[in-house]
Amino acid sequence: MTSTTGDIALLVIGTFALLTALTFLGEVLALRRPGPVVETYRTRVHSWWAMVILFGLALILGQAGVTLLFAFAAFAALREFLTFSTKARADHLSLALAFFAVLPLQFLFVWLGWTGLFTVFIPVYAFLLLPIVSVLRGNSDRFLMRVAETQWGLMICVYCASHVPALMTLDIPGIGDRSVLLIAFLIMVVQLGDLLDFWFGRRIGRHKIAPGLSPKTWEGMLAGVASAALIGAVVAWLTPFGVLGAAGMAALASATGMFGNLVLAAIKRDKGVNDWSHLIPGQGGFLDQLDSVLFAAPVFYHVAHLVWMP
Amino acid sequence: MTTRNSLVRRMAVRAAGHAITLFARIIAAPRADWRGIAPEQKQRVYYANHVSNGDMPMIWSVLPAALRRQTRPVAAADYWLKTPLRAFAGAEVFRAVLIDRRPEARTSDPMEAILAAIEEGSSLIIFPEGNRNMTDDPLLPFKAGLYNIAKARPDVDLVPTWVANLNAILPKGEVIPLPLICTVTFGSPVHIQPDEGKDAFLARASTALSDLAPPLHDRVAKGEEARA
Repeated sequence: MTSTTGDIALLVIGTFALLTALTFLGEVLALRRPGPVVETYRTRVHSWWAMVILFGLALILGQAGVTLLFAFAAFAALREFLTFSTKARADHLSLALAFFAVLPLQFLFVWLGWTGLFTVFIPVYAFLLLPIVSVLRGNSDRFLMRVAETQWGLMICVYCASHVPALMTLDIPGIGDRSVLLIAFLIMVVQLGDLLDFWFGRRIGRHKIAPGLSPKTWEGMLAGVASAALIGAVVAWLTPFGVLGAAGMAALASATGMFGNLVLAAIKRDKGVNDWSHLIPGQGGFLDQLDSVLFAAPVFYHVAHLVWMP
Repeated sequence: MTTRNSLVRRMAVRAAGHAITLFARIIAAPRADWRGIAPEQKQRVYYANHVSNGDMPMIWSVLPAALRRQTRPVAAADYWLKTPLRAFAGAEVFRAVLIDRRPEARTSDPMEAILAAIEEGSSLIIFPEGNRNMTDDPLLPFKAGLYNIAKARPDVDLVPTWVANLNAILPKGEVIPLPLICTVTFGSPVHIQPDEGKDAFLARASTALSDLAPPLHDRVAKGEEARA
């Protein structure tokens, strides 16, 4: 067993222990104080189990597994986004291309490690091509709105999501096959930061960041980011960043993610929905679950590239 | 030989049913929103908006299996008898109540077939607009069928059922379906009032259905044909 596999095993066992404790707590609460809140909590823990198991399997399969997992997640997120986006019948072909050509190609380029291509494919080529495909049908009604919303969906749900498996293509000196652990690091600090932001926000939150849009508070966010930094420092052994570097990267990823969550909350509000879909029991949609990770991934990728690659 | 044949056929019917629901789930991840009623074993007539040939399979897919088994769509014979495959799907998988849409050519009264199906205890899925709606309006004017059912069987729940997004998933003339999410919303049942006339009832039923439409985004995809 290589040290990487060993570390993955350690992570998986640690997470399983945490989830087992949370599941046990849910069962006890369900007996003592049954009610809708406990039921929601139990549904969420069950969804967490499914996500952790899937993610663990993907990590063990390595680059192919992680790429495939995030390609599917990106597909689910894009479907949720484009369900509510402005579109017309004239966009049918360009939307079909977004789902069935742009998305698979982006993840293929990531899997092949063609950095020069996957960083510009959607921002340049899809950006120019899809409006051309739409305009050929000759409908100019709300044209800019239609192409802009499609492009925004592709950027968030596909381009940003592809930066998670793209972390495995980073050739940081001395990282070897441990780049897969960077992904575990990113997801862990962002998701735990979100949870702790929520937890602290409920207890010490006073000042809302965006009143009327989200219950997020400055106090909760600061405490969440600080906790993410602390967790990042504790699991710094997963990364090549060192303890301080890992704490800084964790704080950066967590803060970016929280603001990303706010941005997507504004879009949901604008479209008149509470959740993007119903596909993850207790959590809403894939996009609800992933919004913070999607915002954090490209920033995390580029800062790691800037600072740690010679 | 006959028994084996019918066994094979029954299995083919079940497999085809599963394949259709699975396909619908992969393409559109359809979700039922039981807003006005609960999904319980009760005889009902689900009346729905009609924009695409995918409407009926979508409603059929979101019904819980036990309800699906007692529910039969009312469908056009000219469409569902065109090819042997459609005839198999229409008559055996969906167990459709096939009616002839052409008044000049038909030999039997479609209302009789519909009422007979209700009489034997089936729930129904019907599209009271009669045709696929290709206009900008949320609904076409309803045909008399819904009124006739309501009058003949005032005891049966008429459930407005809005299928959202299918006009964007597979518009008429397109080949590749978009994998957008489809929501099927079931509203509160409508019953005819004792002295309610045909037009008043149909208008009320139509409003009850169009009220279930999500705001704005669902209707965005239309309008092009009207403008073109």
